[in-house]
Amino acid sequence: MKLEYPKNGKFGEFGGRFIPETLVPAVEELEEAYLRFKDDINFRKELDYYLTQYAGRPTPLYFAKNLSEATGGAKIYLKREDLLHGGAHKINNTLGQGLLAKRMKKKRIIAETGAGQHGVATAMACAALGLQSEVYMGYKDTQRQKLNVFRMKLLGSIVHPVKEGTQALKDAINEAIRDWITNVKTTYYLLGSAVGPHPYPVMVRDFQSVIGKEILTQMSEIGKKSPDSVVACVGGGSNAIGTFYPLIDEDTEMFGIEAGGEGIKTDHHSATLAIGSKGILHGMLTYLLQDKEGQISDTHSIAAGLDYPGVGPEHAYLKDINRVKYDTVSDNDAVQAFLLLAKHEGIIPALESSHAVAHAIKIARKMPKSETIVVTLSGRGDKDVEVVEKYLSENVKNKR
Amino acid sequence: MSRIKDKFQELKRKKQKALIAYLVAGYPNEKGTISAVRGLVKGGADIIELGLPFSDPLADGPIIQNASYLSLRKGMNLTKFVNLVKKIRKETQIPLVLMTYANLLYRNGYDKFVSMVKKVGIDGLILADMAVEESKDFLNAAHRNNVDAIFLISPNTSPQRITTIANASSGFLYLVSVFGTTGIQQQFKQYTLEAIKTTKKAINGKIPLGVGFGISTKDQARFILRNGADAIIVGSAFLRLIEKTPQQKIETKIASFAKELKKATILE
Repeated sequence: MKLEYPKNGKFGEFGGRFIPETLVPAVEELEEAYLRFKDDINFRKELDYYLTQYAGRPTPLYFAKNLSEATGGAKIYLKREDLLHGGAHKINNTLGQGLLAKRMKKKRIIAETGAGQHGVATAMACAALGLQSEVYMGYKDTQRQKLNVFRMKLLGSIVHPVKEGTQALKDAINEAIRDWITNVKTTYYLLGSAVGPHPYPVMVRDFQSVIGKEILTQMSEIGKKSPDSVVACVGGGSNAIGTFYPLIDEDTEMFGIEAGGEGIKTDHHSATLAIGSKGILHGMLTYLLQDKEGQISDTHSIAAGLDYPGVGPEHAYLKDINRVKYDTVSDNDAVQAFLLLAKHEGIIPALESSHAVAHAIKIARKMPKSETIVVTLSGRGDKDVEVVEKYLSENVKNKR
Repeated sequence: MSRIKDKFQELKRKKQKALIAYLVAGYPNEKGTISAVRGLVKGGADIIELGLPFSDPLADGPIIQNASYLSLRKGMNLTKFVNLVKKIRKETQIPLVLMTYANLLYRNGYDKFVSMVKKVGIDGLILADMAVEESKDFLNAAHRNNVDAIFLISPNTSPQRITTIANASSGFLYLVSVFGTTGIQQQFKQYTLEAIKTTKKAINGKIPLGVGFGISTKDQARFILRNGADAIIVGSAFLRLIEKTPQQKIETKIASFAKELKKATILE
């Protein structure tokens, strides 16, 4: 069932390369470089060095005893990507692509960011590797993730607020692609999720697969071959595909959780796989939130990193072959999970990851105590405390 | 024979090259588009490209992005586009090319979409994000409906790839003149001329070569044409003019600008 290196970048009918012609030589050059270096001993060594010494891998697989007991049911383990340098799984990918960009002799790096986590991780990797970085971020996101904007600036990155369109992640990607078209010879586009034209979805998956591989090793250390279930949040889907891919051939039930926003019956959500339809955006054929003519819909999530109308093509494939179950968690349930994890375990999760935590709590109740669930805690929630505070005060007001 | 092919042959007889103008359908509104089309026809444009706006125009610069956004906000959609083309076809037989992004065809079904627009008089289609490798369904639909599929190439496209893309194209081949999105360039660089030369050599007279992105003046048009292009494509400059012009003057303003550009296409 594993698609190790999909031919022409196709996961079933999904993926591919739907791009302006100017970018074709660029993605071909990228693919060539990736294939050349991905198994190269020196490249692997250097990446391993940065992942361990700089980013802090391996990350713990922490048994959330208090949360499990409070929930009643299966044992919940947290894969602590939130403990990585920068506070999210994004650094796994930015270090990999940064090292690749260096080998390709590209000095100028551009990136898009939603919540700002990929932007921060890009700025960090670029500072460490001696590269220049510029980050595109939707204006709406710069306002709700101010802390990350300042962090990127501190790390030496130039942040471009994007005022076009919906001013969120999708528009940041559009603007990064426009920059790439304009500066295609000198610039490396460091995409942060498992989306975009081939080879990005497979490359980002490979760099993030360290998550799933470590989960397998850590399960064996506690005497199990693999977890009974894994849960990860899905925006573009990079932490989820990094979690799922190494486990695809295992006997593990897998759940990808999208942002249900204010409910999937409203227009305010980002539930692409749950209720989207097939279409072409950002270089790939995948599931999208769009109208009946093919215009892309506005999306919403309390978690900026999930606020995206598309999804990585491998997720579209895993949905269609029924290997992964995709479900949604609302803004409100995510906030409740955020509060619960903070209270029971002393861990403040990112709002994105809180979606996965909420679903894990829900399914754990129906599972026996002998079973295990692994939740990928993709990031930490310091960036979200203001948003949560505001959400709580507004909801208290509403209830009155 | 297609209207586009006929047009290029007619121009050859007249010792002229082609002026291709791009408009965003529904910008500033439907009436304004019709006025602009009248102006273009009056001013001597040879082919008109009508952009069907897409929510995420990632190959376009600020001018076309803005026009697309406003047109969509005023409710432009496929049904309205089809009605607009119907109205235009009642007035003129000028070749009409529809330019948009792949998703609008994919979502409607390639064949359904192409046959729908062919029926009202669209002669060719350009998709800004359709790579030739992914184009099988698009090409089948274009062939079945007898519509020209016009592909884009870029200054960094290899000669071998140019040949492949030219073979898939009909009507004309569209060379993107610069590294960048649509918009207005101050000056063209040497690499643009080299790209024209390389492309002319690779296509060897089999298909006309249109050059677009960034051309906004008669002198630029003449420069590009003297260096071997068969057609110049001007979009953002027309849209910027529309932006600045009160609705009732669009027709005359567009006509005089088209007339000015058209002069560059007449060979001495």
